[in-house]
Amino acid sequence: MAIAREAEPVGSLREVKEAGLDREDLLGVYRNMLVTRGIEERGHILYKQGKIPGSFYTGRGNEASAVGIATAMGPNDVGTPLHRDMGVHITRGVEPWKIFAQYMGRADGPTRGKDGNVHMADSNLGLLAMVSHLPAMLPVAVGCALAFRIRQEKRVAVGWFGEGAAARGDAHEGMNLAGVRRLPVVFVCDNNQWAYSTPTHLGFPIEHVADRAQAYGFEGVVVDGTDVLAVYREAKRAIEKARSGGGPTLIECLTLRMEGHAVHDDAFYVPKDMFEKWAENDPIERFRSWLRENADMSDEEEDEITGGVKKLMNDALQRAEQSPLPDPATLTDGVFATPEELDTPHHK
Amino acid sequence: MAEKTYLQAISDGLRQEMQHDKRVFVIGEDVGVYGGAFKVTLGFQEEFGPWRVIDAPLSETAIVAGCTGAAIMGMRPVAEMQFADFISCAWDHLVTVAAKQRYRAGTPVPITVRLPSGGGFSGGPFHSQNPESSFAHIAGLKIICPATPEDAKGLLANAIQDPNPCLYFEHKHLYRRIKAEVPDERYTTPFGKARTHREGSDISVITWGAMVYTADEAASELESEGLSVEIIDLRTLVPWDKAAVLESAAKTSKVLVLHEDTRTGGFGGEIAATIAEEGFEDLDAPVKRITAPDTPVPFSPPLEKAFIPQVEDVVSGLRDLAEY
Repeated sequence: MAIAREAEPVGSLREVKEAGLDREDLLGVYRNMLVTRGIEERGHILYKQGKIPGSFYTGRGNEASAVGIATAMGPNDVGTPLHRDMGVHITRGVEPWKIFAQYMGRADGPTRGKDGNVHMADSNLGLLAMVSHLPAMLPVAVGCALAFRIRQEKRVAVGWFGEGAAARGDAHEGMNLAGVRRLPVVFVCDNNQWAYSTPTHLGFPIEHVADRAQAYGFEGVVVDGTDVLAVYREAKRAIEKARSGGGPTLIECLTLRMEGHAVHDDAFYVPKDMFEKWAENDPIERFRSWLRENADMSDEEEDEITGGVKKLMNDALQRAEQSPLPDPATLTDGVFATPEELDTPHHK
Repeated sequence: MAEKTYLQAISDGLRQEMQHDKRVFVIGEDVGVYGGAFKVTLGFQEEFGPWRVIDAPLSETAIVAGCTGAAIMGMRPVAEMQFADFISCAWDHLVTVAAKQRYRAGTPVPITVRLPSGGGFSGGPFHSQNPESSFAHIAGLKIICPATPEDAKGLLANAIQDPNPCLYFEHKHLYRRIKAEVPDERYTTPFGKARTHREGSDISVITWGAMVYTADEAASELESEGLSVEIIDLRTLVPWDKAAVLESAAKTSKVLVLHEDTRTGGFGGEIAATIAEEGFEDLDAPVKRITAPDTPVPFSPPLEKAFIPQVEDVVSGLRDLAEY
């Protein structure tokens, strides 16, 4: 039996307004979701062209969850998004050309070719770059929240993890410490139902990951991760609760990983009808229909957004392709930081 | 200037850094009300409050990861592992996150992890280890191993002010046994600058931590036999003072590398290899290593004594080198 609260879907435009988004914001959310998918679709093309070294990871199916949560974050909040959360980078304002440069291991990618894929973040936008070891960034997010609590700042940290990584000790230690100290952190579990080839019932023996929240002394909520507005509303509640001293929340966004674990994986182990069923719940199509029905999104508006995203992608790709590959002479640069580097807004 | 124990010097140094910089905070198991298992932070919670001297759950992962997050947010965290041995539980967060964040993502992680290390008290396999060499192998971590009270204070201050993850190995066997003059004021001791603990002309001993004193006793014993032993205390392993080691090797032409950690893959191997590569022409004998054997640290006193290099082992090693 589920313990976590199951969030209701969001209905009308009025209801959304109450949650803090006006019509312009909604069109912006839609655009961010399209940019998110656009980047990953173009990434597939780059990969097939042999321009992406290594493998290539996407978050297709997770756009609503990522964009919904990030839209609810305040400008001074911070987060540790993962490889299914491109939408967080987009919503926080990372320029798409830098992401393409990162994919291709170019010198202008956020990691200057030192790391690949979505292992990147712009710290000026309040994001911390993920590592492959999941959910290692979860207790790091707790540490960010600890800093905010020590300094008594009204800021919130958002830590992401997947349902697969919920099995690891980091998740427990991070949530437990956050619960004990009632830290301003929101845990977001993107439950996309497959940890590489491992289904949820082999990952955890309870109905929802969010059910665990009760054991840590805070609220757990399960939300339909394909419903961007429901995700936004729950994230907003949780973030503002954390900001006002109410402690952590664990939000579980139920989604589906609509592709393999990475481009090399054809996901043969996922039942075909599961993909078909989830394709009907495509988060972008779902939100598009909602906007047409509830926010009177016109053909012109839709075309303008779609056309704008297409141009953005084309320009971004072009610019990224012009970025040079890193100079091998930079190999040993930056293993250690210099004292001057601490002279940043984050480090003051 | 007053005479202080090694432990008091660490405590004083930490307190001064906290008084000077309000971004510095301490987190660990039993560091608050109890003052830490070894009482390094005794009285700190009264002085700095519960949010700067934080009693954490038994969660080494969350402690080190939490420090990383807080550091990226501008704090200067100092984590205490109750025993250095427990750092294994936080390996991932030092090695995977903190050590690589600057290189790959451009984000400095200024954290200090205090690690009470070393044996000699029947602490057994889990309260006696010297895991510094494992971490010296990881790019991005600085490794600090003070031997004297003055260095203990100055190197800790430097670690806290350094913009990188610093592993500060404080040797438990020195805590209350070693006393020396320590400046009262705030100061830093630079990394990568070895200290000549004892000047000599016949053989060099390259060592650090508690073994500095073992080497010193051995050197005193051999002095009466007319053997002049130089002791170089490295102070820090990353970065390590290669120039000082090569200079001493050139001066004496015979080198003994001594450490309390186990042999295979120990940092002594790196030192010996470097001398072989860069100082071969200066040598009159092969570089000799004296280390613990490749076993876990045993519990029972005679076994532990056999494990940790003793004065007589060093005396005998130095004699072998002298006779070579």
